Amino acid sequence: MAQSSRSKPAKKSAAAPPDAGIQRATVAILVDNEPGVLARVVGLFSGRGYNIESLTVAKVNDRDNLSRITIVTSGTQMIIEQIKAQLSRLVPVHTVRDLTAEGPHVSRELALIKVAARGDKRIESLRLADIFRARVVDSTIESFVFEITGSTEKLDSFINLMEPLGLVDVSRTGIVAISRGAEKF
Amino acid sequence: MAAQMLGAEMVIKALVDQGVEVVFGYPGGAVLPIYDALFKQNRLKHVLVRHEQGAVHAAEGYARSTGKVGAVLVTSGPGATNAVTGLTDALMDSVPIVCLTGQVPTHLIGNDAFQEADTTGITRPCTKHNYLVKDVNVLARTMHEAFYVARSGRPGPVVVDLPKDILMATGVYQEPDDRAQRRYQPQTKPDPKRIEEAAELIMHAKKPLFYGGGGLINSGPKACKLFGELVALTGFPCTLTLMGLGALPASDPRYLGLVGMHGTYESNLAMHDCDLMINIGARFDDRVTGRVGAFSPGSKKIHVDIDASSINKNIRVDVPVVGDAGAVLEALLARLKAKRFKQDKAHLARWWKEIDGWKAKQSLRYAKSDKIIKPQYAIERLYALTRGRKEVFITTEVGQHQMWAAQLFRFEKPMHWMTSGGLGTMGYGLPAAVGVQIAHPDALVIDIAGEASILMNIQEMSTIAQYRLPVKAFIVNNQYMGMVRQWQELLHGGRYSESYTAALPDFVKLADAFGAKGLRATRPDEVDDVIKAMLDHDGAVIADIAVDPTENCFPMIPSGAAHNEILLGPADKAATPVSEEGMVLV
Repeated sequence: MAQSSRSKPAKKSAAAPPDAGIQRATVAILVDNEPGVLARVVGLFSGRGYNIESLTVAKVNDRDNLSRITIVTSGTQMIIEQIKAQLSRLVPVHTVRDLTAEGPHVSRELALIKVAARGDKRIESLRLADIFRARVVDSTIESFVFEITGSTEKLDSFINLMEPLGLVDVSRTGIVAISRGAEKF
Repeated sequence: MAAQMLGAEMVIKALVDQGVEVVFGYPGGAVLPIYDALFKQNRLKHVLVRHEQGAVHAAEGYARSTGKVGAVLVTSGPGATNAVTGLTDALMDSVPIVCLTGQVPTHLIGNDAFQEADTTGITRPCTKHNYLVKDVNVLARTMHEAFYVARSGRPGPVVVDLPKDILMATGVYQEPDDRAQRRYQPQTKPDPKRIEEAAELIMHAKKPLFYGGGGLINSGPKACKLFGELVALTGFPCTLTLMGLGALPASDPRYLGLVGMHGTYESNLAMHDCDLMINIGARFDDRVTGRVGAFSPGSKKIHVDIDASSINKNIRVDVPVVGDAGAVLEALLARLKAKRFKQDKAHLARWWKEIDGWKAKQSLRYAKSDKIIKPQYAIERLYALTRGRKEVFITTEVGQHQMWAAQLFRFEKPMHWMTSGGLGTMGYGLPAAVGVQIAHPDALVIDIAGEASILMNIQEMSTIAQYRLPVKAFIVNNQYMGMVRQWQELLHGGRYSESYTAALPDFVKLADAFGAKGLRATRPDEVDDVIKAMLDHDGAVIADIAVDPTENCFPMIPSGAAHNEILLGPADKAATPVSEEGMVLV
């Protein structure tokens, strides 16, 4: 399980230098909260060969029964335009916003990180958690579960630090994002 | 108090309220309640096909020849899976279809019940949208939305999956109301800024070209008329895609013929050399563009499409215009008139002179023979002998015969040409002809077919017999899957792997077996007589035209090649071997 956290930064460094035209985009999609809607969105990405680096979904509006999907994807400018146009023509999709292109935005991820250690390593993990403002949400004599919120990079580096200290498992939410300022989205 | 009724009755009422007159279908266990409701009424006609794929193609033929939404009714499981090819075909060619599929009762969904299939899962990528109805009280609303989605924006197929218990439950029927459609609002009116940019480019073009597609046909006869006006106003040459044939009358002097892989020399060279391309309702399909990197290198491109996702998908364009072709043309014509558009006669004449030089190559020419029937000759004669008729609808199967029909049959009006363009579905033509003939009982409907394709849905001859449809199947019989054979000749060293059909049926006897008239021509001098006999017969006909089995379809832009690398005939082919990149392309 810890492998998935290790493979993540590796993938990023491999993708960055050779494909100069490739950029990352965080796309927020407001959809009807109905059966199959996530399958439509995910099926569109797999069917047309687009990347999904991260995907989160949850209901955000009870009155209109809407869910918000946040997808981090990558591709050339043309591909990202395609992704937005393809998403926009799905019937249950109300709004598609490219947060990356449309101005500053805040994006956060939450992770629950289990570390099992005794003695010095246990103390060191707690000390590092404090530096990273991670909270202990479960504790036994030989383990902690840390809750940490922040950017993907921050979570990555915390997880990397935990690795030699007895990292057991990681559960991450993927990115949620919202634009800065008073504007909707 | 709104009316209470059974789910199955709601289905019928919703179809009627949506203006459906005919539904193409095939019964089965899960849809028995609908068939029972159908039995008890007489407003909706049902056409019993012989295979569910045929039902969808028939509905496509019906839709494309009338501009209405085609309706299909099939059962669960195999009924739905058999419909998948038709649905995909309708998606690729933007044909409005509503397909109702039966489903096992809701409490059995997911249990691998008899004739259960995950229909919404299977059809999600091959429909514009689909629904699984789990509450009888939303059934009517869902049906209405399905029709709205199918016909709005870029049209397409929509599936409504109907569990049997929902069909047998009682609920409240809701009347249709398009104003209540709060979601799915495709843009139809163009952005005036884009219209101005397009007009500006048109004003200053020296070597312009119109490139019209199926979007014109889908937008309707009014859009096609406006398109003709724009072509006439500007005097620009115009080419059409396979899906766009008929959008501009073929007799228009500005019409250059079909564009693309098997399009005319003048169309393709004009596309390659133009300085302004005005694409209205076409989608830069790979059959049209050839090698993308070498596509029309020197031109500015205007792309009008109702589907924003078609724009900048394959080819980067300079002026994207999202909107309905009719609305865009109206705005563009008004803008050009306001700007006092005047033809740049000097440049236009020079451009036309260049085009006339390409035309002089007579790229559709073929080696005539008085010993063996050339397939082109058969289609030319069919066109010549049906010219005087008022309403002639042509459907085709897929392959060489389809390309020859597209090249040689000349359409003066939109919505008279039904062919499987995007998906390339062999077996499309005969069931599509059923749908066209049902919609136009008195018209002449001809399926220009290949002997291999027509066998893929030959069972529909039985439907033709049942409804006494005077459909004419005109089989250009070369005993090969001709297009496969042609590619094997050009790309695979003439190793004709499995492309020869041994043991073909005797089509004359086959016609007889289905109660139709069977005719055969084997020599060129018999062709006219067979066509005349076919046209004179007031019932269904299968005309088996035994043509030259080795004839290839030219011109041809080999896959991976550019427009100016077009092959004009057999003599050209040795000179330019297909590139390695081209070999992997379809």
